[in-house]
Amino acid sequence: MSDLWEVFVRPKRGLAHVHVGSLHAADAELALHHARDVYTRRSEGVSIWVVPSVQVTASSPDEQDSFFDPAADKVYRHPSFYEVPDELQI
Amino acid sequence: MSSRFDARSRSVLGLADDALIASHRLSEWVARAPELEEDIALANVALDLLGQARLLLAHAGQMQVPALNEDQLAYERPIEEFRNAVMLERPNGDFAATMARMLLFSAYQYQLYSGLSGCADPQLAAIAGKAVKEVEYHRDHAAGWVVRLGDGTEESHQRMQAGLDAEWSGFTRLFVDWIRDDVIAAGEAIFPPWLREPVVHWLEPVLERATLEHPEVTLIREPGTREPGRNGAHTDDLIDILARMREVRAAHPGASW
Repeated sequence: MSDLWEVFVRPKRGLAHVHVGSLHAADAELALHHARDVYTRRSEGVSIWVVPSVQVTASSPDEQDSFFDPAADKVYRHPSFYEVPDELQI
Repeated sequence: MSSRFDARSRSVLGLADDALIASHRLSEWVARAPELEEDIALANVALDLLGQARLLLAHAGQMQVPALNEDQLAYERPIEEFRNAVMLERPNGDFAATMARMLLFSAYQYQLYSGLSGCADPQLAAIAGKAVKEVEYHRDHAAGWVVRLGDGTEESHQRMQAGLDAEWSGFTRLFVDWIRDDVIAAGEAIFPPWLREPVVHWLEPVLERATLEHPEVTLIREPGTREPGRNGAHTDDLIDILARMREVRAAHPGASW
């Protein structure tokens, strides 16, 4: 039976592989072929990773509050309290 | 059989029609493939082949006086002027048979285009140089399925072997000498029998991994006769393909996108 795979593609000018979607494939080699055919047919990438979906350990939506809410009111963690010199382009 | 096309044009038309007809049969899988991902893969392969057919037809059309365009050659040429190999006309059946055909045909195309990418016709050499990368992928994709199905379950093995058996005799006919000697001597075509050894040499380890055996086929051809398909004689399956391919154009002559 086909397993589910997660697909990551590195764009031509990108530095990192980015998750683009998932697909079904019988094994790793076919998953790579399918990823090439499904996700890079318009020259989206120069490198592909496929990872079995079962290997992904994900945070649970139930834990969303305890995981992410505590960061919401800590504005001092953002580097937003500096004077940016005029010459600096950002 | 006399033809309005000269020997050099006929040899290019053979390549173009192989790609065109193979593309059409693969496109019939769209929305019918075993899984969504393979559906897209087969459509991609079909589009690669269609792209090759377009370039080759345009090239053959430029050789005519007055010149013909790719649409005139694809849509208006009588069936007896088609030069494709007969194996590519046969209707699809089992998915395993389609994979067998893709494996055998793309292995042949790979050697053919590799050779042609250095040929004396610069336009043809450029088309072949682009196409060889495409067919290398087709070959690997088909090999992946052939090995998985051949070395899979008892049923998948049996169906893969049946697919290979069904396609093999047509495959051996790809290597029949059908191109006139002077075109080959001019370096504008590859002598088909030369391709057989490297193609089979590449196929053997794949078939071994797939635990498949290919049937031994002896080519039977009456002396003095020409190869079916390559000589313009086709099966009724090609009539069906051309009728479908030309349906929209017949209903809306001159329509454009």
